[in-house]
Amino acid sequence: MIELNNVSKSFTLHNQGSAVIPVMEGASLKVAVGECVGLVGASGAGKSTLMRLIYGNYLAASGQILIGDVDVAQAEPREILELRRNTLGYVSQFLRVVPRVPTLDVVAEPLLAVGEDQGVARDKAASLLAQLNIPERLWSLSPTTFSGGEQQRVNIARGFAYEYPAMLLDEPTASLDAKNRATVLGLINAAKARGAAIIGIFHDEAAREEVCDRFLDVTGFSPQVAA
Amino acid sequence: MSDYNFAYLDEQTKRMIRRAILKGLAIPGYQVPFASREMPMPYGWGTGGVQVSAATLTPDDTFKVIDQGADDTTNAVSIRKFFERTANVATTEETDKADVIQTRHRIPEAVLREDQILVYQVPIPEPLRFLEPRETETRKMHALEEYGLMHVKLYEDISQHGAISTSYAYPVKVEGRYVMDPSPIPKFDNPKMDMPAIQLFGAGREQRIYAVPPYTKIVSLDFEDYPFEASKADHACDLCAAKDSYLDEVILDDQGNRMFVCSDTDYCRSRRAAGHVGRLGTKNQLEASA
Amino acid sequence: MTPLLQVQGIRKTYGSFVGCTDVSFDLYPGEVMGIVGESGSGKSTLLNCLAGHLPPDQGEVVFDTLADGPVDTVTMSEPERRMLSRTDWAFVHQHARDGLRMSVSAGGNIGERLMAVGDRHYGNIRERAIDWLGRVEIKEDRVDDRPSAFSGGMQQRLQIARNLVTGPRLVFMDEPTGGLDVSVQARLLDLLRGLVREMGLSAIIVTHDLAVVRLLADRLMVMKDGHVVETGLTDQVLDDPQHAYTQLLVSSVLQV
Repeated sequence: MIELNNVSKSFTLHNQGSAVIPVMEGASLKVAVGECVGLVGASGAGKSTLMRLIYGNYLAASGQILIGDVDVAQAEPREILELRRNTLGYVSQFLRVVPRVPTLDVVAEPLLAVGEDQGVARDKAASLLAQLNIPERLWSLSPTTFSGGEQQRVNIARGFAYEYPAMLLDEPTASLDAKNRATVLGLINAAKARGAAIIGIFHDEAAREEVCDRFLDVTGFSPQVAA
Repeated sequence: MSDYNFAYLDEQTKRMIRRAILKGLAIPGYQVPFASREMPMPYGWGTGGVQVSAATLTPDDTFKVIDQGADDTTNAVSIRKFFERTANVATTEETDKADVIQTRHRIPEAVLREDQILVYQVPIPEPLRFLEPRETETRKMHALEEYGLMHVKLYEDISQHGAISTSYAYPVKVEGRYVMDPSPIPKFDNPKMDMPAIQLFGAGREQRIYAVPPYTKIVSLDFEDYPFEASKADHACDLCAAKDSYLDEVILDDQGNRMFVCSDTDYCRSRRAAGHVGRLGTKNQLEASA
Repeated sequence: MTPLLQVQGIRKTYGSFVGCTDVSFDLYPGEVMGIVGESGSGKSTLLNCLAGHLPPDQGEVVFDTLADGPVDTVTMSEPERRMLSRTDWAFVHQHARDGLRMSVSAGGNIGERLMAVGDRHYGNIRERAIDWLGRVEIKEDRVDDRPSAFSGGMQQRLQIARNLVTGPRLVFMDEPTGGLDVSVQARLLDLLRGLVREMGLSAIIVTHDLAVVRLLADRLMVMKDGHVVETGLTDQVLDDPQHAYTQLLVSSVLQV
């Protein structure tokens, strides 16, 4: 489902003497349907960079990033947008939303984007928010004013509202209490069970062991080591 | 007669105006620019109408002038005298006997004939002007038939007054093409514009002439749910009892007494001559008006 | 899928000064494209060329019309272009007073486009005007007030309602949130996003505000000195800018 072939990435800082900073080289991986791969490596080794490359948020310098049959490294913006709508979900560590939009709608949005009926989308959103213990009285408020933990759970609910065939999870269980953590791991396992291919970053080792089928150390992709 | 050229204007000017008139007749409702001349009267007193009349009159014609329907107001009298002196034409107050009728703000009640010409005095010829101040833009709107804006004005009327309150200078569409300002005639007169006589419009200050040929289809703009109504005061003339004529309201005293009389003085007089008597009328006209 | 708009080699000069040059892109139905750049970068010139307000010196702006399929709007006749701009296109000006009739009521402002395309039923026009006031969050009882009695944010929302009432397919926006308070901006952005989604609109938004494009635009075009220096997915251009100018632009934004 997800396949990377020899992907490299560097940043050119034009305004700082055109310094070129290579950050990744020769990254290759494969994630099958229903499989969850955990990225490991020291902080700064390039786990998040790899996720962003896969999501199309960073532009790959070379190589292939295949999600299904779309090559993210080459695709037109609209193809990537369509991919993000229908195929590839991303739960980041930070919630970025339009101010003023109620939490319920924030969570329902990915469903609405694929043309789901508004009532159905809201029901699904409500059930996810309830599972993640967001008090119902907050649903009509914008999540911008929520605490960090609440925002993270809203973000997870939003990420799991639509059943993406491929998912990228960046620290989904960080700073969650045991109960919510269990809920999130349940969601991940359910996604695997329906056939989602998942790449995740988990610092929480227990969580990692519980959902990941195998691990990939991204240290091997860093240019310094390769050199 | 040797003191003035016939009808005051020189022959070249009259030819120029006649060309504008012919062009106007060929394109009903289209505003034709013309080189308006200084006339011996101020703008706003009918300089446009006077120039059109001057270019239209022949020495054998009989001329009539009305102002708000009346032959005896200052404006009407002075224009009539102007042409008596400069063109030496016969004048009349009887609609039926006139060949050329210059009018300000009315159409006579009597149906005009094919051999008559009605000349309107027009203050502002551009019906779109109050909503769109740019002349370049209004010309383009006419050229492209973009007349939505005209209905915006009527929309505003209804939203503010509950009905189309525009009661004079009510915009019309001419022969399905140009939207035209019929000059400030009451909207009661709008349906009469589909008539056998030629109608010419002159705007002196704005330097525009436009025209409506005989039997041209004139449609007053409206909404499906707020159709055009040719309204008038709901009374009969107090002098001649006419129920079908446009009425002026006359305040008689400060006790609230008032009377309604035909605005078309010739129409009223001819009815009284034929024996019609209204609420306050008598057989003796002089007594009634005293 | 046919692009809604195919722009090819647009160039506009003012004497020896280059307004914009060599601009080409395709815009697909439902796509929102942001054009960013500093003042004088040519983004407004480009927008005006695209919207038919300025004749470009060179290039094509091919719009996929409902009736005849793709047609070059640069060479089409003026009546056709004006008709397009009343029906399929909309233009939201930075200053609401450029896009509104200030002496006409809010209802009349919204109704104008309906009347321009032939609606002659007062009741229907008013009903749709009130419906649209609601959609841009203006109270129904303001329908007969003139825009001069409205706040800046309300005027801008009224301008949007006036533009969208005929269900256009392509909306041009020139700094739609410029000059508004931050809180008012947020509300307007939220509203625009909802309308874009709901109506399946395509939009081209010119702005110098990167936060605006991050929230509204799917993709981005960065302009400098009349040239397009970078294009791409909005979040990619903002998070991983490639061109020196874009990097400067992104790094110049004050963090809140």
